[in-house]
Amino acid sequence: MKLIIAIIKPQYLDAVKDDLKANDIRRLTIMEVQGYGEQLGHQELYRGQEFAVNLTPKLQLEIACNDEFVDKIVASICSGAKTSPEGAIGDGKIFILDLQEAIKIRTGEKGPSAI
Amino acid sequence: MKRKILLTAGLVTASALAAHAADTPVTLESLKSDIANTLLTANNVWMMVCAALVFMMHLGFASVESGFTQSKNTVNILFKNTAIVAIGILTYTICGFNLMYPGDAGAGLMFPPFGLDNFGISNPANGDTVEYYNGSYTYYTDFLFQAMFAATAATIVSGAVAERIKLGPFLIFSTLFVGISYPITGFWKWGGGWLDAAGFYDFAGSTIVHGVGGWGALVGAILLGPRIGKYGKNGEIRPILGHNMPLATIGVFLLWLGWFGFNGGSVLSADPGATSLTLVTTNLAAAAGVISSMVTTWVLFKKPDLGMVLNGALAGLVGITAGADQMSAMDAVIIGLVAGVLVVFSVRFFDKIKIDDPVGAISVHLVCGIWGTLAVAFFGAKSTVDGQFMAQIKGIASVGLFSVIFAFVVFMILKITVGIRVSEAEETEGLDIGEHGAHSYPTFTKSNA
Repeated sequence: MKLIIAIIKPQYLDAVKDDLKANDIRRLTIMEVQGYGEQLGHQELYRGQEFAVNLTPKLQLEIACNDEFVDKIVASICSGAKTSPEGAIGDGKIFILDLQEAIKIRTGEKGPSAI
Repeated sequence: MKRKILLTAGLVTASALAAHAADTPVTLESLKSDIANTLLTANNVWMMVCAALVFMMHLGFASVESGFTQSKNTVNILFKNTAIVAIGILTYTICGFNLMYPGDAGAGLMFPPFGLDNFGISNPANGDTVEYYNGSYTYYTDFLFQAMFAATAATIVSGAVAERIKLGPFLIFSTLFVGISYPITGFWKWGGGWLDAAGFYDFAGSTIVHGVGGWGALVGAILLGPRIGKYGKNGEIRPILGHNMPLATIGVFLLWLGWFGFNGGSVLSADPGATSLTLVTTNLAAAAGVISSMVTTWVLFKKPDLGMVLNGALAGLVGITAGADQMSAMDAVIIGLVAGVLVVFSVRFFDKIKIDDPVGAISVHLVCGIWGTLAVAFFGAKSTVDGQFMAQIKGIASVGLFSVIFAFVVFMILKITVGIRVSEAEETEGLDIGEHGAHSYPTFTKSNA
């Protein structure tokens, strides 16, 4: 079992959802997050004064899955969240973690079948 | 449309005549008097409409100021703007109106004659007739229009001192500023005082209203010091973002609309030629201010800046106010263009010298007020008058000096006695909670449930 965590641009959530659905992936949790990467945010202008905006709003996606689904999910997120064919700075990142256990609250079921 | 208006005018006259015909025969004299009374009605309606338009500018100020400031101070800003309108109208009733307009008794004087019997307003015997003011308006309309003006001077201060001034001391300052300072300098020009005699010209108040408010704003902003966080450790400027640009934009549109009454009503009658010209010059200057501030920010900052362009529209309006009835259309455009450029550099300048003005009130009202007052000597019908430039300088300097001294003394007394600035903790948490114990947007918090 794996936990896939992806940080994407908020505007691309619909595209990611469409691609997940097209690959028959029907689980998703999202969170509104803020952060910065290598570029340390960007510059904005207010009444003629430039200032740095460090924390950019992003969405964090989390999907728990069985191992055989990982490739399909990663492909869906990549195709949906990529802003252009060549991609751009700030398109986001995907992290994959080993998942120790999954439990279905309703039935108490455990392990791969609980996902 | 034209025919309909003619028909209506005909009916009004006809009904007036009919009423007359019932008791006395129609004579040339009675006809003249009927026409004069009908004109008074028309003039008076226009002046009341203008009073209402100027009243609405307070909504404009409230919107601009809350839009350009942080959401944690919105209740406070709105509270100040609401209270000032009330204070302005009431103080003007108690003493302001009679202080500013003492009539012939004050001709050419420095200090308006004012006695115990000048408190309060009362309709004189001829107050509802054509004799009161050349058939232009009634006494009460006169009062109401001027009262709406008075409060704007204090509202201008509100924006510059926003997000850090204590409510109580601010209200005390506003009361004294609108009740005493504004009427005295207003009397100098509009009440027939010494500046009027000196040839100073200020049609609708680039100096008398906007300059006065701007000077008060400057003194307040200096004595308060900048907001926490506006300047970094090394003195670098850190903008404190306004929380609602749509609100700021609505406010500017409301002010622009209100200026139809502010300048249009300053004709002091519905004189067709003068009112039409005034509305045209007023709007041209505002439009020119938008365009020139847009170009200036685009060139300077590589991007057109909405906040500055909103200030640019107001800059054009303040700039044309001193000579709106004296300028040609082209003059108005030039005055607006200059004001729009001036306001951008002025906002940057005050930021650099660490005078923190969250809404740009000093740049819009003081700097462009001075420009507009001077422009009377450079452009339009008054530019050919001998000594007009010196008269304008005399007006700007004397009104400025009086307003600065008055504002400084009042603010300093308040600063020493009760203090004028909220505590650091209150400023950080927001004046909404500190001064009022309330949020403007209670549902903003995520833990609302």
